[in-house]
Amino acid sequence: MALPKEELVEYIYKMVEAAQGKKQLKAKDIEKMVLKEHPDQNKNDIKFAIKELIDGGRCVYTYFGGSFIELPRVEGAAKH
Amino acid sequence: MHKTPLLDQLESGPWPSFVTDLKRAAAKKPQTADLLGLLERSYVDKITHWKHGGIVGVLGYGSGIIGRYTDLPDEFPGCEHFHTIRVNHPSAWMYTTKALRELMDIWDEHGSSVLNMHGSTGDIIFLGTRTEELEPCFAKLTEKGWDLGGSGSAFRSPSCCIGPARCEWAMYDTLEACYELTQEFQFDLHRPSYPYKYKLKLSGCPNDCVAAVARADCSVIGVWKDDIRIDQSAVQAYAGGELKPRGGATKYDKLDIQKDVVELCPTQCMSWDGKTLKINNRECNHCMHCINLMPQALRPGTERGAAFLLGSHAPILEGAQLSWVIVPFMEMEKPFDNLKELMSNIAEWWSEHGKNRERVGELILRLGMRSLLEAIGVEPAPQQVRIPRANPFFFWYQSDFDAEAKGRRYDTRQGFVR
Repeated sequence: MALPKEELVEYIYKMVEAAQGKKQLKAKDIEKMVLKEHPDQNKNDIKFAIKELIDGGRCVYTYFGGSFIELPRVEGAAKH
Repeated sequence: MHKTPLLDQLESGPWPSFVTDLKRAAAKKPQTADLLGLLERSYVDKITHWKHGGIVGVLGYGSGIIGRYTDLPDEFPGCEHFHTIRVNHPSAWMYTTKALRELMDIWDEHGSSVLNMHGSTGDIIFLGTRTEELEPCFAKLTEKGWDLGGSGSAFRSPSCCIGPARCEWAMYDTLEACYELTQEFQFDLHRPSYPYKYKLKLSGCPNDCVAAVARADCSVIGVWKDDIRIDQSAVQAYAGGELKPRGGATKYDKLDIQKDVVELCPTQCMSWDGKTLKINNRECNHCMHCINLMPQALRPGTERGAAFLLGSHAPILEGAQLSWVIVPFMEMEKPFDNLKELMSNIAEWWSEHGKNRERVGELILRLGMRSLLEAIGVEPAPQQVRIPRANPFFFWYQSDFDAEAKGRRYDTRQGFVR
């Protein structure tokens, strides 16, 4: 069953949190994982749920040879 | 100021030197002085001292900022953070001087004053700023109507040729198409959601001044469908030397129509009897050679649109590939809904099946053209055969063998027939 908007945002956040340090997730990975559990979920809802997490600063885009969605952290390469 | 004996040698040649420019900027900007020192150090050590990537960006965007740091921050503190900002360029890179001054003022205030006009995708590249300057710089840019361009696994800033603004050969409005598609794909431009980069370039005619066929995953190149228009009296004038070849842009006074035009036609579709030039338009592959030589005698047809090609990229291991035709001819009228839909369908198929860092052209090679065409609902066409008689995209499916086993005969033009 499709998740309501707020629940979907939290569902994705937990997914990113669980993957942190283990696997870097791309937006499409997240979409596929959501659809596996909730096949009737609208793809656009997933897209905008990710946007909400990014806009709210709870997740960030990272670039390590490809673009991923991760939890914010202190940049290792930055001295300060 | 760091001592830079190796870099100084680059100022001794006959051409303008970037070292001279950097030294001028370094007088006002300590980070640019460190940039010179760091570059000198790399020349000595023969390795780069840059690291790139990471998590820096502006809130809400995953594109447009490329994090860059040095591994020698104590020695060159000005380069400790030296991030790149990509600013989305306007269609065909046309600016007012006022707009350029505004951009330069913003970058003088928030960055190193070093920039690149333009990067190979087309963006204005601001080189070198600190993390804490990113948001204020972005705010100033947006206040003046600018936006960041694409980076990472995103739709990259589209670019186009000068098109109908200044070129007689434009088969469609490249500037408008570029603007429309930039607007249409805003989400994907700022929020990386593809397996890898996805570039779009639009050329108004087959001269392909933005080299779309070689530099963009999606190449939209203007073409015509009907016959080349011929003014026989002007052809005579070129033959007689009254009109200069290429509008006077060659050293030749007059054209040898047979040798310079007819014999250099790649499909040999032209003939010249000394009085009349004939073109077998069915065989013409729109190379533009004859039209470029005799622009007052030959003009493209009036039924105009664009060919849509896909797949060019330059991977290090496999070598560069050119785009190949997916849709031989499509109407190109505002708001370009057909192009938007096609591009969205392709992106959807690629996102679904592509591996991390796999370009759309590489996916076509891996899964086959048939898979792409089925997914995007485009009919196979002869023009899609990239190398005639050496088509690598034909894959046999079990259903084909089953059909043959049931006694169905295969016809090259009709497929399986009873």
